[in-house]
Amino acid sequence: MENEILISVQELSRFYGPQRAMENVSFNVHRGEILGFLGPNGAGKSTTMQVICGVLAANHGAVSIAGHDIHEAPRLAKQHIGFLPEQPPLYNDLTIDEYLHYAARLRGIRSAAVTAATAIAKQRCGLETSGARLIANLSKGYKQRVGIAQAIIHSPSVIILDEPTAGLDPIQIREIRALMRALGKDHSVILSTHILSEVQSLCDRVLIINQGRIVLDQPLAQIDTNNGLPSGIEVSLHTPPAVDTLLGLDGVASVTRITEDTLRIDFHPAVNATDAIIAKAVADGWGLYKLNTSGTSLETVFMQLTAGDNEAHVDAEDAA
Amino acid sequence: MIRTIGLIAGNELRRLFKSQLAWVMLAVVQLLLAIFFYLLLAQYMQPSAASAGLTAVVVSGLYQIAGVVMLLVSPLLTMRLVTEERRYGTLKLLLSSPVSITELVLGKYVGIMVFYCLMLLMISLMPASLAFGTQLDLGQIAAGLIGVLLLLSAFAAIGLFISSLTDSPAIAAISTFGVLFLLWIINIAGTNASAGMAALFAYLSLLRHYTHLLTGVFNSTDVLFYIIVSVFFIILSIWRLDAERTYG
Repeated sequence: MENEILISVQELSRFYGPQRAMENVSFNVHRGEILGFLGPNGAGKSTTMQVICGVLAANHGAVSIAGHDIHEAPRLAKQHIGFLPEQPPLYNDLTIDEYLHYAARLRGIRSAAVTAATAIAKQRCGLETSGARLIANLSKGYKQRVGIAQAIIHSPSVIILDEPTAGLDPIQIREIRALMRALGKDHSVILSTHILSEVQSLCDRVLIINQGRIVLDQPLAQIDTNNGLPSGIEVSLHTPPAVDTLLGLDGVASVTRITEDTLRIDFHPAVNATDAIIAKAVADGWGLYKLNTSGTSLETVFMQLTAGDNEAHVDAEDAA
Repeated sequence: MIRTIGLIAGNELRRLFKSQLAWVMLAVVQLLLAIFFYLLLAQYMQPSAASAGLTAVVVSGLYQIAGVVMLLVSPLLTMRLVTEERRYGTLKLLLSSPVSITELVLGKYVGIMVFYCLMLLMISLMPASLAFGTQLDLGQIAAGLIGVLLLLSAFAAIGLFISSLTDSPAIAAISTFGVLFLLWIINIAGTNASAGMAALFAYLSLLRHYTHLLTGVFNSTDVLFYIIVSVFFIILSIWRLDAERTYG
């Protein structure tokens, strides 16, 4: 069942009064796939996620989760969903254990199995020792972890996380990413984020939404032709060479002078000319004292697609 | 269905008793009614009042005042029912779980009613203590108890609906209080109106049906009145939350 479609979204539209939140959004997510959901603020990411989970109703279109229509058979469909909204849905007056027990029971876990499910969820989110703590007293990072724990407590086949790593410290982010990678093996995960590197390190497929429309739906491997390598570098040199010298190097597409001794060098796609430039700089004595990688191809794509008034509309079918 | 309603009601109760609100409310109501209970008892001990029965004076009198006190405190209990779920985003947890909106609303209603029953039990312990020394009219007490319960059920349903309209507990509390108070005194509005309007206003009054039950008159129209009010506002709450998913 490797290619089983767990989330199917068909021509979904949702309006807030006359204002369009999302229009004609269609995509599928297969089992074992992690979908990165990108878009600027207010692009419709949260709305889309809430419609998929049945928190909001769509004006047009259909969502089916593991073969069950969310509108026709909400109870069956929602049993397969674990959802973490942007603000973790926590009861401040409960302890972590009480809250997770309640969440587990709500998701239909039998009372006999609740303690075991809670223990597993806590262990996966690094909450083993804090079960008796009151949620009101938790730090933001811990609240976020409890939020993730409630989303995975019933091991749903579809996990939808709205900015799961917001507010976490770097160590926690690494742990949560590892957790999501593990979950992505046999579940479907949709994850929205602002952090492009998160998508690069986690996701199989990227979906960019802008002003309520999908502007890109592609496997990460196709976009990120540099395999996560920079699309260019910024170098600071004591004695910079002529621009033409740099353009003569293999793989260099363009050179922009930022200040007197700082240059931005963009590479041809799928080429990393960093090594060649460093070697040349050492050989010719340019006095290289600073080097920053700048941007990846995903960032470039994201900027192109979300800049301006939705000019760059890539049709989902054409892109795939 | 029953399991989910019980689950939501249980969570509601648990959270009520975790906050100081529930405890303080039980204590304050008990204290106030204990004072009234003493005053009613003292009044009954006066030779002039002895023509009416003990149950009529003390027990029904106590339930009468309990109705007024509950009118004042009930909005404070119901204000957070939905507003808080909305404010803390926990409504999204419920809506993304395999729980229907009907179960959600009924769960909240049942939770608050269990709390009211507990409160009523504590209040009733006072008149029950009289049974040690005298004979009580159990029939009249039962009618009175049913009356208070029905009244509280209407309070809970109205409060639940109003709390589903806003995300501010304060607004929910003051609006609920306004509506309950209006329905309490609406029969006064009818005094100067035509006969038909007066009858309508008198019928709508929460107080009038309650008084009937307290005097031991078990009239099915009075009982039906509270059941209809409760069901009406529960259905409105369900509609309101369902509409929010589509239009909110």
